[in-house]
Amino acid sequence: MTATAASPTAPTVSTPSTLRRALQQKRLVSGAVITLIIVLIAILGPLVAPHGQNEVVGPPFSSVGVLGTDYLGQDVLSRLLHGGLAVLVIALLATLFGMVVGIIIGVVAAYSGGWWDEVIMRLNDVVLAFPQILLALVVLTAVNQPRAWMIVVLVGISHAPRVARVARGVALGIVSRDFVYAAEALGEKRSRVILAEVLPNMNAPLLAEGGLRLTYSIGLVAGLGFLGFSTNPEAANWGQMINENRLALSTQPWAVLAPVFIIGVFTIGTNLMADGIAQLSQRGD
Amino acid sequence: MTNTVDTAVRQGQGIAIEGLRIGLTSRPGVDVVDDIDLVMRTGEVVGLVGESGSGKTTVGTALLGYTRAGAVFDGGKVLFEDRDVLALPWQQVRQLRGEEIAYVPQDPAAALNPSIRIGKQIVELMQLRGLGTAESRLAGARAGLAEVGLPNDDEFLSRYSHQLSGGQVQRVALAMAFLPRPKVLVLDEPTTGLDVTTQGMVLRTMGELCRSHGVAALYVTHDLAVVANIADRVAVMYAGQIVELGPKEQLFADPRHPYTRALLDSIPHLSQARALSGIPGRTPAPGARPGGCRFHNRCAYAIEECAKDTPALRDLAPAHQVRCIRAEEIGAWDISRGAVPDARPDRPRDVILSIENLGVFYGHKQVVFDVSFDVAKAEVVALVGESGSGKTTISRCVGGLHKEWTGRIGFEDRDLGHGSRARSAADRKRIQYIFQNPYLSLNPRLTIEQIVKRPMELFGIASGRQATDRVVELLDQVALGPAVLKYQANRLSGGERQRVAIARALAAEPDVLVCDEVTSALDVSVQGSIVALLESLRVERGISMLFVTHNLALVRSIAARVQILNGGRLVESGMVADVMDHPQEDYTKRLLANSPRID
Repeated sequence: MTATAASPTAPTVSTPSTLRRALQQKRLVSGAVITLIIVLIAILGPLVAPHGQNEVVGPPFSSVGVLGTDYLGQDVLSRLLHGGLAVLVIALLATLFGMVVGIIIGVVAAYSGGWWDEVIMRLNDVVLAFPQILLALVVLTAVNQPRAWMIVVLVGISHAPRVARVARGVALGIVSRDFVYAAEALGEKRSRVILAEVLPNMNAPLLAEGGLRLTYSIGLVAGLGFLGFSTNPEAANWGQMINENRLALSTQPWAVLAPVFIIGVFTIGTNLMADGIAQLSQRGD
Repeated sequence: MTNTVDTAVRQGQGIAIEGLRIGLTSRPGVDVVDDIDLVMRTGEVVGLVGESGSGKTTVGTALLGYTRAGAVFDGGKVLFEDRDVLALPWQQVRQLRGEEIAYVPQDPAAALNPSIRIGKQIVELMQLRGLGTAESRLAGARAGLAEVGLPNDDEFLSRYSHQLSGGQVQRVALAMAFLPRPKVLVLDEPTTGLDVTTQGMVLRTMGELCRSHGVAALYVTHDLAVVANIADRVAVMYAGQIVELGPKEQLFADPRHPYTRALLDSIPHLSQARALSGIPGRTPAPGARPGGCRFHNRCAYAIEECAKDTPALRDLAPAHQVRCIRAEEIGAWDISRGAVPDARPDRPRDVILSIENLGVFYGHKQVVFDVSFDVAKAEVVALVGESGSGKTTISRCVGGLHKEWTGRIGFEDRDLGHGSRARSAADRKRIQYIFQNPYLSLNPRLTIEQIVKRPMELFGIASGRQATDRVVELLDQVALGPAVLKYQANRLSGGERQRVAIARALAAEPDVLVCDEVTSALDVSVQGSIVALLESLRVERGISMLFVTHNLALVRSIAARVQILNGGRLVESGMVADVMDHPQEDYTKRLLANSPRID
């Protein structure tokens, strides 16, 4: 009775590196390129803008400059280049915050199970019942001058219960797998079971959810800007620009359409990228 | 021989596969199955045996003119009543399927519509096939159910499939397959997943129906013992080719292909304890199969010539064909080789684990009642029962995975806590649990090194460089090379994964291993090598094992004592040889009588 010498032979189908596989995926590459371009515009924009963001270059709603002027006669192109960074940074931070809080809630609920699960998720449902933007508005109307961190926290918190539902659903399928029980039987700490065993297996769906949430965040932050809740009313802001110039939609449409267009393209880019990453890590299973 | 068979088939007697080759659309030149010649005569059951990846199911569905997506017919014929099924237009194939060539799938629950009542489903089938008249169909359905030994009153006909037991569902599927009076029947592992008593019943029903209706049946399975009970002739498949084909008696009494012999060597017997062995290496996937004889790189009898040309399937005796150039040279064969004496009953026992008056609950429902037994040092105790008997539940209580129990689980001189978190680190370390399904029990995101290292870090046995060395040592013990260290589990086969799971358990340096059906998800040859590994661990390290299984024959080969469970109660217990040779209880007798045996 000899034990068999089962040393696995090298796999016959060569497995290309993750980077190589990533580059082969059109969805991921095109999404990443679009996102990168917009991010570069937002970061480098202020440096290359032909005018300052509050510089009056001509009469209001005129066609001076590439994209014309806005309601105060400021150059639309320059304001577009200046107004991206704040929106993007706030949206990104808000998404991260919301994802982290939401994932913690969802995974803890799924892992605890039983009563804890019920209590956590019902409380979650209560928060979920608030329309996303309403929660932010309630707080923002109460303060004089909103700070950036307030918007980050408010947008993040409004995401959290939605992320939590998704995270709990994904985690439920994982916490009942044998390798989690195996860790339990070894007596691993609960936090380690969650961090080392459960979370790494949730990558793909969570990345997809993250992409979606980033899209919503940009919409929300821009929306808050549109409603007048921006950190600095003087400074350019894509959302605020839409609000400021909407009166002249028929005469000087570019003042509105340019920020709309750039927000739209950016969300498409981030979504494609998140989808691509999700597919990639799924295939890596 | 082919010619006479050909004529017989053309006259409407049975079905024949000729030179069948099925390839992959994505990789031209790569075959899934190749050079398949197989004849099924009327009233005959042919067993098609192979391990996973051998292409047996592909051959089975080819009889229906079907391949799964991604596979394509590259050549060959399926001759049925003067027609080539593979060359027929799809309208005619559709007519043929079900009516003349029927198929019984592995998982009947998935084949029946869960939202339509049983009676309606059968009537619908007859409607679709144009059988009977609107009035006679219901009577036909009742007759069909009666044929397979099921009740056929209105109450039964109005049930949904989830209201039937697994065996009943499989028999409904059989009844539906037989209703259109097919001439050919393809059975794809129809009893896998059923309990032995249910399996026995289904097999008997099926055998009777095939013979009484004069059906030519192909029984596809991985279980040689089942084939030994039901088939008239047996074809053994390896890596997409038939390697041996012959009448059942001849194949089991005098197997001539080294692969057939290796398979038989890895199967446990009911009547005697055996030292099981596996087959070295792993089954090659399509595209990775070696040239020459496809088995030569794992064959104990291989010579240089074996690697050169693909041997042809040649006649050795009338109706006995072998694909091996050395078939005459490999010597005689004895089915009972590898037999070892049963464990000695008078050996002194030093009890390490004792279970007293164990009652287990799920919520308010009690599933295990008053079970008591003990496990001695370096002893294997088997917990045997059918599904729902509570065997796994008991093992989970011992392993600390289930908390709701009453009674006492004693480990050495102290009581074990309910659930792993209520136990001391030392107790958790010394009792290790190995799971049934190695595809679920290893975290797919971690490398093998991380998985095996973790218990050492957790219990402070070793860390860092030293731990890595220990991991290599352990992997070597379970016959895995250091190459797998950086692999993720998904690059390993089922047997290799189970070895990693065993290495993880060993990493904690346990005194007791709780093995929950550790081989039931694996091929028989892999099961053989895992059992051999566990046995060597028991002998060398003096590890005790609580071995949960439904396979009585396996118990004989691995365990010293056996506890037979039924419905959460202990029915019979004792030394394995005593219980198997002189069963006292009716339930044990019934289990033994229904277990398919090969000897």
